[in-house]
Amino acid sequence: MSGILIAEQILNGLQSGVMLFLMAAGLTLIFGVMGLINLAHGSLYMVGAFAAAWVAGATGSFGLALIAALAGAALAGVLIEVLVIRRLYRAAHLDQVLATFALILIFSEGTRYVFGSFPLFLDVPGALSGPVTLPGGIQYPLYRLTLIGVGLLVALFLWWLTARTRIGIQIRAGENDREMIAALGVDISKLYTLVFALGAALAGLAGAFVGAIQSVQVGMGEPVLILAFVVIVIGGIGSIKGAFVGALLVGLTDTLGGIFLPQVFKLFMAPDVATQTGSALASMAIYIVMSLVLIWRPSGLFGARA
Amino acid sequence: MKKLMMSAAALALAATGAAAEVKVGMITTLSGGGAGLGIDVRDGFMLAIEQSGRSDIEVVIEDDQQKPDIAVQLSDKMIQSEKVDVMTGIIWSNLAMAVVPGAVAQGKFYLSPNAGPSALAGKGCNPNYFNVAWQNDNLHEAAGAYANSAGYKNSFILAPNYPAGQDALTGYKRFYEGALAGELYTQLGQTDYAAEIAQIRASGADSVFFFLPGGMGISFLKQYADSGVGLPVVGPAFSFDQGILQAVGPAALGVVNTSQWSKDLDNAANVAFVESFQAKYGRLPSLYASQGFDTANLLISAVEKADVSDADAFREALRAADFASTRGAFRFGPNHHPIQNIYAREVIQEGDVFTNKVIGVALEDHADAYAAECKM
Amino acid sequence: MIPERLITVAVLAGLAGVALWALAMDTPFTITLATRAAIFALAAVGLNIALGIGGLVSLGHAVFFGLGGYAMGILAYHAQTYTTLDLGPLSIAGSKSMPLIWLVAVVASALAALLIGLLSLRTSGVYFIMITLAFGQMFYYFAISWSTYGGEDGLSIYVRNGFPGLNTLDPIQFFGLCFVLLCLALLVFARLRAAPFGLALNAARQVPARVETVGLSPLRLKLVAFVISGAITGLAGALFADLNRFVSPTMFSWQLSGELIVLIVIGGVGRLTGPVIGACLFVLLEHWLGAMTEFWHVWLGVILLGIVLFARGGIVGLLTGKAGPHV
Repeated sequence: MSGILIAEQILNGLQSGVMLFLMAAGLTLIFGVMGLINLAHGSLYMVGAFAAAWVAGATGSFGLALIAALAGAALAGVLIEVLVIRRLYRAAHLDQVLATFALILIFSEGTRYVFGSFPLFLDVPGALSGPVTLPGGIQYPLYRLTLIGVGLLVALFLWWLTARTRIGIQIRAGENDREMIAALGVDISKLYTLVFALGAALAGLAGAFVGAIQSVQVGMGEPVLILAFVVIVIGGIGSIKGAFVGALLVGLTDTLGGIFLPQVFKLFMAPDVATQTGSALASMAIYIVMSLVLIWRPSGLFGARA
Repeated sequence: MKKLMMSAAALALAATGAAAEVKVGMITTLSGGGAGLGIDVRDGFMLAIEQSGRSDIEVVIEDDQQKPDIAVQLSDKMIQSEKVDVMTGIIWSNLAMAVVPGAVAQGKFYLSPNAGPSALAGKGCNPNYFNVAWQNDNLHEAAGAYANSAGYKNSFILAPNYPAGQDALTGYKRFYEGALAGELYTQLGQTDYAAEIAQIRASGADSVFFFLPGGMGISFLKQYADSGVGLPVVGPAFSFDQGILQAVGPAALGVVNTSQWSKDLDNAANVAFVESFQAKYGRLPSLYASQGFDTANLLISAVEKADVSDADAFREALRAADFASTRGAFRFGPNHHPIQNIYAREVIQEGDVFTNKVIGVALEDHADAYAAECKM
Repeated sequence: MIPERLITVAVLAGLAGVALWALAMDTPFTITLATRAAIFALAAVGLNIALGIGGLVSLGHAVFFGLGGYAMGILAYHAQTYTTLDLGPLSIAGSKSMPLIWLVAVVASALAALLIGLLSLRTSGVYFIMITLAFGQMFYYFAISWSTYGGEDGLSIYVRNGFPGLNTLDPIQFFGLCFVLLCLALLVFARLRAAPFGLALNAARQVPARVETVGLSPLRLKLVAFVISGAITGLAGALFADLNRFVSPTMFSWQLSGELIVLIVIGGVGRLTGPVIGACLFVLLEHWLGAMTEFWHVWLGVILLGIVLFARGGIVGLLTGKAGPHV
């Protein structure tokens, strides 16, 4: 196995990691501030992808498609926050799980009702298509490189937002003591809606970006949702830093595990058995990593001690 | 006592000369991510029934949600409460394995419009089970044969890590004569193939064979086209059917895929089918729609010849396969699986629409590899 | 308002009544539906011990359901193909006898519950939900890639397994078996809830610190509850596999874990008959809504939302006029 191949696989792991981060950041923010488990976060990802595919199909512009994804997902987020989620902040985790599970059902079949049962088309914009040659002779798709850059920029933006702005101070205060900041005159319900819309918009953005290189179809949100939960649990719920580290860890484990585990097994097994066993273990790898992290640190890597 | 009364009623009905009613139970996938396939089979099937103008065939349709346990439950319902004579409709091999053995053991006929698991073609074959589509390996075998004729010497092959995926790679290797640059099992439902594409790039292969049905294939093709690897790709028709080609877009152009059917096959039955399907549903038919259409026409041909209550006569009528198939020549082998041509098609663009064009025959009069194991 | 005891009697009589009525009307499929409801109810009664009394929101109970199913599938597969199951030096013959299959299913699920419980109970809250989900996913992906027993295609068993003295192929007799097991599990649940163990477990859910001060270990209480809970759900899995004469990895899926929780919440968390009512209603909805519209999941979602937002305590809560425990 050459060094170039390994470097390329690490880039792939990074790319899938930063896209997971976009999903996980919203999820962890919503949990941290409002204490809400939102299973419907994957549906917002799907809404973003569908909005983007629809607008790109109508206008042919990827830029407009991204705006549509942000706006569409944020709008859907505000809508469900006001209609449903708002009533769940004080409810038990169990009720939250159930209500947002119900939202998944409604979103998935509702989308199928509107857009039909066949996948939609969304393509990489012309200016970003095709591979570029990196130092060392690595051929790498420009679009994926761009995604890594965008993901890092969003991470930087979120750090700036929470650490350096007034809203960020309110968000962090809200995580610690919601009665107190309400008493200090912050409109808590407006703050909650805003945070929810922000999380939704990030999920929608991820949906649009990823939709261009994957399949835009009903049910695309659920596998990503489970991965995003794995990420925030590894990182510690409520911690954006944890979500970032967790996302990279999951992205790299998932990508590199699929490549290297079969190779490792080939050292002491027949090739076809090794390929199968290795692939089976690779698909379980992130869950094994997550259990190990939780057994070692029951509140995740950067979580507040429960 | 009850049984006696029922057969008496049947006798009375036959005596009055009324045409025997045939009740068909269709279990297929109509909701969730895989719904597109089931909807196509259903629409193709119902189009044929409608065109036949027969009022003595009743079809009960149920949605299995792509879940095996729901499919089994529906099959119990069809047999116990709807009392159907013939069953059909299942798309996925794992659902077929859950339903078919039980249904045929209870004396029902099963006509498969899509799934063709090897177990039901070989040791587990049954006189009442007819496959009107293909045995699962067939299209992959044809892809292997095409790879030989195209002069590929070093293929990279990949499929998801589940039984149909393993069958796919086995099927390809059964006919492909060149060397393998690499063989990979991906995760079922995987959406990102960057890692696999990097391995293809590094492997020194001269061609790629993949079996990734549904959304997995869309993702792979888009990412493959964007990666600039550019090696020729060959695969079975499942990732290139009419339903998903539009979602893949230009990334699929020029890819060769193997199929027992294509919309431009030049026979009268197919021309009429493509035209009437488009007129009725406002979209181009897919390979699944053609399979549903053929399944219904096979059934109609048998109903015309024999009474379904006479199981032996009805079975003979089915075996004769005396209907005009949309794929041209069609007959059953000894294990009730098709013997048919499998074509190589190329993805082209017609105006705004992406579709397939036949470029040659990959395997002529092709039967499956399991027929010898079938004893019935 | 209606006392809970009366609801219990009415629900069980209703379920048995439907099956008997179907027998009289000769509509065997209705009996199959009633059996399905009884089996789901049994699985959910198991989960209700962990969830309702112990407050452990496990999103991985499909692990035990699936293990029970595969215990049946593997034993019956070896009996049906006249092969032996080789575990290292041990060589075991397959079996088509339900009591033996049930024993294996219960023991296997209990052992798995012990192991998963030991590891997962170190965490709490959302972390617990997610780690149980992770174990579920591990089993799911393992079953999919394990080609010896069919992988994703699953395993078909052609004839239902036998029970001494009964013809299990007769729908009503198989229903009878499942119904009796459900009643036994309800008895276990009622006894556990009222016993000192149940009271301590309930207290451990509400104020763990106080339980500790009287010298009990909340962790041990929860672990015992989790093991009993897993064992009962495993038994239900074996029955479910026998009902369908089929097992597949979908029995391990996280959606199934979610559905079990849904059943309990519809009926009423921690209530004796909550899971039974939930299971009956779920099977009815699935059957009726599914027949009415292709998009029935939308309506299922709306109904679930309605129950969460406006009927806290589930159906039993509505009927008795008391909200259930807060989990």
